[in-house]
Amino acid sequence: MNAIETCQLSLWYGTFQALKGITLEVEQGGITALIGPSGCGKTTLLRCCNRINERIPSVRTTGEIQILGKNIYDADVSLLELRKLAGMVFQRPNPLPMSIYENIVFGMRLHAPPEERTRAVLDQAVEKALTGTGLWDDLKDKLHTPAISLQLEQQQKLCIARLLPLQPEIILMDEPCAALDIAGTESIEQLIRSWKGVYTTLIVTHNMAQARRVSSHSAFMLSGELVENGLTEPLFTQPKDPRTAEYVSGHLA
Amino acid sequence: MWRRWRKLKEAFIEALIRLCGISATIFVVGIFLFVCREAFPLRHNPDFHLTEFFLSIQWYPTSEITKRYGVLAMIAGTFSVTLLSMLMAAPLGLGAAIYISEFCAPRPREILKVLVELLAAIPSVVWGFAGLTITSRLIVRFTSADVGVNLLNGAVLLALMSVPIIVSLAEDAFKAVPDSYREAAIALGATRWQTTWRVLLPAARNGLTAAVLLGFGRAIGETMAVLMASGHAITIPHSVLDPVRTLTANIAAELGEAPAESTHYQVLFLTGVLLFLITFVVNLSAGLVIRRERRS
Ligand SMILES: Nc1ncnc2c1ncn2[C@@H]1O[C@H](COP(=O)(O)OP(=O)(O)O)[C@@H](O)[C@H]1O
Ligand SMILES: [Mg+2]
Repeated sequence: MNAIETCQLSLWYGTFQALKGITLEVEQGGITALIGPSGCGKTTLLRCCNRINERIPSVRTTGEIQILGKNIYDADVSLLELRKLAGMVFQRPNPLPMSIYENIVFGMRLHAPPEERTRAVLDQAVEKALTGTGLWDDLKDKLHTPAISLQLEQQQKLCIARLLPLQPEIILMDEPCAALDIAGTESIEQLIRSWKGVYTTLIVTHNMAQARRVSSHSAFMLSGELVENGLTEPLFTQPKDPRTAEYVSGHLA
Repeated sequence: MWRRWRKLKEAFIEALIRLCGISATIFVVGIFLFVCREAFPLRHNPDFHLTEFFLSIQWYPTSEITKRYGVLAMIAGTFSVTLLSMLMAAPLGLGAAIYISEFCAPRPREILKVLVELLAAIPSVVWGFAGLTITSRLIVRFTSADVGVNLLNGAVLLALMSVPIIVSLAEDAFKAVPDSYREAAIALGATRWQTTWRVLLPAARNGLTAAVLLGFGRAIGETMAVLMASGHAITIPHSVLDPVRTLTANIAAELGEAPAESTHYQVLFLTGVLLFLITFVVNLSAGLVIRRERRS
């Protein structure tokens, strides 16, 4: 079963075509890495999956994306439900300008019916989300301090933690470690690996080593095209396409 | 020779540019000192008492027998008309700014911004006409007031006049909110309104406060429209349908008739000093609010 299936997905920014007929399947519960050189459309593809691309007025999309069997471009799709289902982590940590606590319950305040927004329920959700991201012990005594005051690594984990109370199926990550140091990168990677079987993870990275460390599947993109995809190890060791071979060897050397 | 000439030219241009840069300060300080100087002789004037000036509502500067120089009613008029105008202009201006910056498509956004700037360019005397011929008649039609030139009428005009300032400053404040906040909220499933209400308004709070304060500063200093359209009666208003006179309107109406060097003339200048101080405080607080935002 696939969590995400794109079919002939093309996208234009005005007249510039950033995605060219992408057909990709992302295994449910797996960890899939999107790799490729800068500017090849990884971020664009990722941002199609929760339709946040459509904030940009010039964007035009054709093709299909099935998420859990439903085409998200259908007229009856609720964007809010889609975004609950597919949480997104950005390249730069972007905690909201409010307390740690409020960051985590932000989604619940938007979506949960009032009876599920009692203090006790929210408190519990906060503890669970912070525990799930390994932040609880460090932050439990300063839940009401501004999230901006945290270190970058903690900010990024908080941005992950705030997705969890909405019980997403899919987590979309756009170079989540780009702003972090080695220790931070390692600890986020560990978190991602622990999601295997729980969430479907689609992670953009330009770090080949990271792709190999965390993902079971990889997809290689070049100038808006999907060149090759499949199991991570074979893709790195025996790439079928010469372009993949060139890129992979260039980056491993 | 050639080189020295060039150096001299460079120095001259630099001095000129510096002069332009500090000219605003020079003008402000100069005007303030001038206005103060005209009011200064009041210090030794036996007809004038500062307590009367601030605490009396009696303003009889041209009376033959008992001259009175109390501006309390006009202070009340100024603040009532300005505050009432802000009650209308703040929600309207902030609402317009929210629409323009968060809800509008790019092309209509540009058109709306131009229109708002046009609104700011309407001369205040034209607003005064509008106040006399349009809004005051509407007030008579829809309220129990016998005359439409009153506190409410003045406040409506001031609101319309200060809305453009509030809109453009508030729009800047929203623009200054990092887009990453919007994306964070939207990716969590927030609607535009939820994003605006829960994230952008708190994030832009200081900038929005400054926008309203500067709108207030604009309204409190406005003269012509309120002179024409708010009734010009020296009373402390008890309802929004009472006529009022503002400090500015009073100066504009009477300065021409007051003989130079007379007590009346000097008191009008003192009123000017008072106005200057009020707008100074308002603008300074707006500046401080903005500074606080930059720091955080
Ligand atoms: N908002 C935008 N408007 C126009 N072009 C864009 C926009 N965002 C990205 N692009 C272009 O689309 C291409 C793919 O960008 P992106 O998806 O960000 O690449 P990647 O994440 O792989 O580095 C790039 O050539 C980029 O310049
Ligand atoms: Mg990118």
